[in-house]
Amino acid sequence: MSLFFSQFLNGLQTGSVYALVALGYSMVYGIILLLNFAHGDIIMVGAYAAFYSMTAFHLHPLLSVVLAVAASTLLGVVIEKVAYTPLRQAPRLSLLITAIGVSFLLENGAQLLFGSETKSMSPIVTGNVSLGSMSISKVALLTIAVTVAAMAILTFLVQRTKLGKAMRAVSEDMGAAQLMGISLNKTISFTFAVGSALAGIGSVLYLCAYTQASPTMGSMLGLKAFVAAVLGGIGSIPGAMIGGFAIGLLEALCSAVNLSVWKDGVVFAILILVLLVKPTGIMGRSQAEKV
Amino acid sequence: MLLSVQDIHVYYGAIHAVKGVSFDVDKGEIVTLIGANGAGKSTVLNTVSGLLHPRSGSILFQDESIVSVAPNKIVGRGLAQCPEGRRIFAQMTVEENLEMGAYTRPASSIEQNIAHVYDLFPRLKERRRQIGGTLSGGEQQMLAMGRALMSEPKLLMLDEPSMGLAPILVEQIFAIIDELHASGSTILLVEQNAQMALQVADRAYVMESGQITLSGTGSELLNSDSIKKAYLGG
Repeated sequence: MSLFFSQFLNGLQTGSVYALVALGYSMVYGIILLLNFAHGDIIMVGAYAAFYSMTAFHLHPLLSVVLAVAASTLLGVVIEKVAYTPLRQAPRLSLLITAIGVSFLLENGAQLLFGSETKSMSPIVTGNVSLGSMSISKVALLTIAVTVAAMAILTFLVQRTKLGKAMRAVSEDMGAAQLMGISLNKTISFTFAVGSALAGIGSVLYLCAYTQASPTMGSMLGLKAFVAAVLGGIGSIPGAMIGGFAIGLLEALCSAVNLSVWKDGVVFAILILVLLVKPTGIMGRSQAEKV
Repeated sequence: MLLSVQDIHVYYGAIHAVKGVSFDVDKGEIVTLIGANGAGKSTVLNTVSGLLHPRSGSILFQDESIVSVAPNKIVGRGLAQCPEGRRIFAQMTVEENLEMGAYTRPASSIEQNIAHVYDLFPRLKERRRQIGGTLSGGEQQMLAMGRALMSEPKLLMLDEPSMGLAPILVEQIFAIIDELHASGSTILLVEQNAQMALQVADRAYVMESGQITLSGTGSELLNSDSIKKAYLGG
């Protein structure tokens, strides 16, 4: 029982990071139909920002979190402005190729700047909380709590605020949204900012769990989060949350039955399966139109 | 003149869709642009709204050029379009759709405008919490018109409001257009239903293959032989 519970928590913990990253994929896809493959690398930049502000500048962890989130957000918005805005009228394939290019640029830029070796640091959050006979790591609890809070804030933002509603309007019908007086540039920038901020939060949580950063850390994490977004239904915000947790739990399940070497394979098998059986994912919307 | 369009030419790539169209709309008028499918009517409206850009020609709204103004800024100046095919936000509630229409307005004016729209379309009030996509076609058209009115437009452009609707609903939509006109609204109406459009319009322009071929008052065109032959089935 306690093994089951601890694996379940592990699953939720990794799933939290996947979900936070998947949200960025899904929101950006929802609004400009771009699979932003540079999104994973934003986590890497966020992680380095947190890493250096704690190890080199000895800043308080909370301040480092703020810096990491700010760096990710800024990077996301700048990438959108520099690389994607000029291609708004271009075929989607050009955008996709550009995103892959930006991803390579970030990974190789990081190798040049920070070196290609993995950087390790001492754990930020340590210890366990005991709950009856079980002990739960504080990092896991913190990760899950922060993720749930971030999702609650995001839901409020998207459902209730003017910019959030504009985001939904643009993702449904860009032309009609413009006829309402909604500024595309502002709304798309806002979407990238929010998605990248969530990735920034994810990067810090990742750093808490694994205490290391490397230039290519974002690529596998990003790919798995992409699978999570597809599983949940790309373009759907609740879908990304569900998909993220589902992939995390699936990996934990693999470890629990001693198949942990297989877990990457299982995750990508899920991608193939979803694309074959239900390409719109769990929460994906059908494109029915009323005439 | 509230809106004055002078000799605009619009292209889709190499296709010359609008070939030197000129027309104007004065305050308080209903002006209609009629013509067959593919004549370029919607292209003209989308150019006025700033979604498309004319290769040459001028568009003056309240004596200022809006040719290079962004679409969202054009709405802010008081020029709203209710697009062809309604294009409501199907995943959002009726009330959220209306709020989007008031995007350029201060938050304080939204409540009053929503009340005004519900007066015009009581059905929308009944369905205010419903998701837009679940409305019937007629209700969606009402929502699209109500949404465009939310920006308190000085000029309301309606693109094919009768398209795909049952005759009884077409009557209703035109009754609303009449009512808006009576209360002082200025309307530019694009229609394939020439009969209905000419009956409500003060002035009309006929478009064919990207050009204006005929113009006059609504009743003049209603009685003109060539119009009868081409559009009114007589």
